[in-house]
Amino acid sequence: MADIMADTARAPQTVLRRLVLRRLAVFGFVLIMIVVSGAVFAPWIAPYAPEEQLFDGLTLEGAPLPPDARFIMGTDLLGRDLFSRILYGAQTSLVIGIVANSLALLIGTLVGITAGFFRGWIGATLMRFTDLMMAFPALLLAICLAAIFKPSLWIVALVIALVNWVQTARVIYTETTSLATRDFIAAERTLGASTGRILFRHILPHLVPTIIVWGTLGISTTVLLEATLSFLGVGVQPPTPSWGNIIFENQTYFQAAPWLVFIPGAAIILLALAFNLVGDALRDVLDPTQRGRD
Amino acid sequence: MTLVAPQPSGANMAPDSPTVLTVDRLTVSVRTETGLHPLVSDLSFNVKRGETLAIAGESGSGKSITSLAIMGLLPPPAVRVTAGRIALGTNDLTAMPEDAMRRIRGDRIAMIFQEPMSSLNPVLTIGTQLAEAIRAHQDVSWAKARTRAIAALASVRLSDPERRMAQFPHELSGGMRQRVMIAMALVLRPEVLIADEPTTALDVTVQREVLDLLRDLQRESGTAIILITHDMGVVAEMADRVIVMKSGRMVEEAPVARLFKAPSAPYTRDLLAAVPRMGTRTDSADPAATRTPAPHVAQLSDVVVRFPLKSGVLGRISGHVHAVEHVSFDILKGETFSLVGESGCGKSTIAKAIVGLVPHAGRIKVADQELKGLDTAGQKALRRRVQMVFQDPMAALNPRMRVGDLIAEPLLIHGFGTPESRRVEATNLMLRVGLSKDQMDRYPHEFSGGQRQRICIARALALKPDLIIADESVSALDVSVQARVLALMRELQQEMGMAYLFISHDMAVVDTISDRVAVMYLGQIVEMGTRAQVFGNPQHAYTRRLIDAVPVPDPTHRRGQRLQVSDEISSPIYAPNQHPKRVTLHDIGAGHMLAED
Repeated sequence: MADIMADTARAPQTVLRRLVLRRLAVFGFVLIMIVVSGAVFAPWIAPYAPEEQLFDGLTLEGAPLPPDARFIMGTDLLGRDLFSRILYGAQTSLVIGIVANSLALLIGTLVGITAGFFRGWIGATLMRFTDLMMAFPALLLAICLAAIFKPSLWIVALVIALVNWVQTARVIYTETTSLATRDFIAAERTLGASTGRILFRHILPHLVPTIIVWGTLGISTTVLLEATLSFLGVGVQPPTPSWGNIIFENQTYFQAAPWLVFIPGAAIILLALAFNLVGDALRDVLDPTQRGRD
Repeated sequence: MTLVAPQPSGANMAPDSPTVLTVDRLTVSVRTETGLHPLVSDLSFNVKRGETLAIAGESGSGKSITSLAIMGLLPPPAVRVTAGRIALGTNDLTAMPEDAMRRIRGDRIAMIFQEPMSSLNPVLTIGTQLAEAIRAHQDVSWAKARTRAIAALASVRLSDPERRMAQFPHELSGGMRQRVMIAMALVLRPEVLIADEPTTALDVTVQREVLDLLRDLQRESGTAIILITHDMGVVAEMADRVIVMKSGRMVEEAPVARLFKAPSAPYTRDLLAAVPRMGTRTDSADPAATRTPAPHVAQLSDVVVRFPLKSGVLGRISGHVHAVEHVSFDILKGETFSLVGESGCGKSTIAKAIVGLVPHAGRIKVADQELKGLDTAGQKALRRRVQMVFQDPMAALNPRMRVGDLIAEPLLIHGFGTPESRRVEATNLMLRVGLSKDQMDRYPHEFSGGQRQRICIARALALKPDLIIADESVSALDVSVQARVLALMRELQQEMGMAYLFISHDMAVVDTISDRVAVMYLGQIVEMGTRAQVFGNPQHAYTRRLIDAVPVPDPTHRRGQRLQVSDEISSPIYAPNQHPKRVTLHDIGAGHMLAED
């Protein structure tokens, strides 16, 4: 096994192959694919429309129905099919989780790497601004922003990104400052390498593990932040479902109808876990100094 | 007590001293996926009271693992003793539970490490750490522990021990910190002291002080010392008996005199042959002196580098580090010019100033052009002419890039050739420095230290520079590897005719490679001349002190006068309006420049 790895790993196209050799990564990948296809094919898979309040979706007393053969995930307080809502909600949650998170990572990385590499007044200004953003209550800021713009899915993603980039920027900043003092960066300078080359060819690849870890951790926090915003009425507007707002709509009835909270909660956890597994494996596979050790 | 023995240390050891530590067929293995992999195999030796046993070997020989096994500090869970026993008196250390072992560590077996700064806790005072070490093993009051700690500091000849007690590690110099470590190790009068490369991180004059001290303390206390070192000079000066190790096995065991005079194992012979020695070069006609003046590749005149020290919230400048003060010298085409000096003397700062990594005042000209004042393209073109090889090749190579790409990168940055031609060029360079073509697509971590330094050299050669700055480039390498890398560097110089600026603290290496030498002390050059002038006829007091302090790999060598132990911390830091005294160099004949005090 070790021999095969050492030989095949030398060609770049085997990154995929090496990912496949990790069972957990494959498991994570399959989970993500299930969620993605559920979201994409929701109109065909979902047995009902997500907003449709079914006449027979409630008991005679008006209570939601627990999972059974007809409603496999049960129904909610308004008699809507939870399975359909979870499928459509996946669309929202994926967009938030991926778009908002990537945007946050992008801003954070750019700010952090610039501040960490140039230091001086550029670094000081950027990092003081980052500290300011950190000190500001994130939720309050998000509410302000969301109140200014007309709420829509994309605005919510943007707002979340604008709140979430600060942690990434801090961590990337610290790593960049230590990388910038390493000998191989000094060696590049003596060769006359341009700043862009040093930043993107020599420093950025070393930040990839950190970016991946923060990126995968960020999935669950952004999905939950979206839920909070939706709950406060400045996020995704009802009746459009998202995993977060399904939880928030139903949390007061947790004792009577636990599935209404448990199922979307489990969906969020599984999605975050899946991204974490894939992220971890990607980090290891992309790191050439780990070669021959897996 | 016999006083006639010719040995430098342990001379007063009675021949029938009791054995304090026995290592019997010790095997230490690391567990890997492919099974148990031995790091030390079948090693047996014993140490007598009052004796110094040196374990010598290159990196990976298992010498440090042996010492950790004795201390019971093998990194769990992967590495452990898989066979054999270690007996301290009547106790079998390998069978001992951890808490019993903890009582023995520090009390009966003590250890000092290479890096004294990282072995001391930076947030506790020296006094607290010493007193804690005493109280960990003996039930005494703080006051009593304190008194003993002061006595221990006095015994390692630290001046003003009372005041030292209240100081923090960063307030002491490297040598003083190592003496504190020795005081801490010996305060409980252990039977065995393991010294793992105790002087490797220290300057040569400080090394001398520490070695002298260790020897004197051993004479007084009768502690057995296991000295682990790669430096055959230190072995020759300190040891009574020597074990040479290679790849986890003992290659040879012999009394020190016999080992150096008549080594029996081929490996020992090779090892001793590779050790650079001072004053062994016998080129009668000094090439640099007789040569017609060659054109210079670099000229430094009146170069000054100062770093401001800022304090307070407003960043007020509270002083300057005068790293380089009015240094002037030329480097001629095709020669090797060396800068020697101890840490903090400014030799590396000069290198950084030449390649433009630190700002400087004064003039630095490369190929008759100054880097300052050129536009970006001109600077880039000038950078091509000077390349640098760093001390630690692992740190100087981007670990995420393939070696072939790393070597071709200088060409890419300067826009030479096509991807194919660059790859061909990189292949040629790899072959030239003694690596093979099929290693091109590997990553730096897949190479050994010496190979990595070859990669760095190949990288520096890619642009065909006029000058290569080698900043401690061979200092981190094992001696046999070091000898081969030095030979390669000389060969390349003859072939391609570039000049070297060779920066080193190792006098013996400088002596073997240089044409001309400059000795630096606190930012200034105090003596400069041809190698024969500086090493054959050293005139400045500091140069002599440096040369005298170098350990000689010959146990019969008698050392002259002892160095005075000094606790003065000489530092190049001055208040904003103060300056160090400027020395002026005078020619005392044939280009031998000497500072006047």
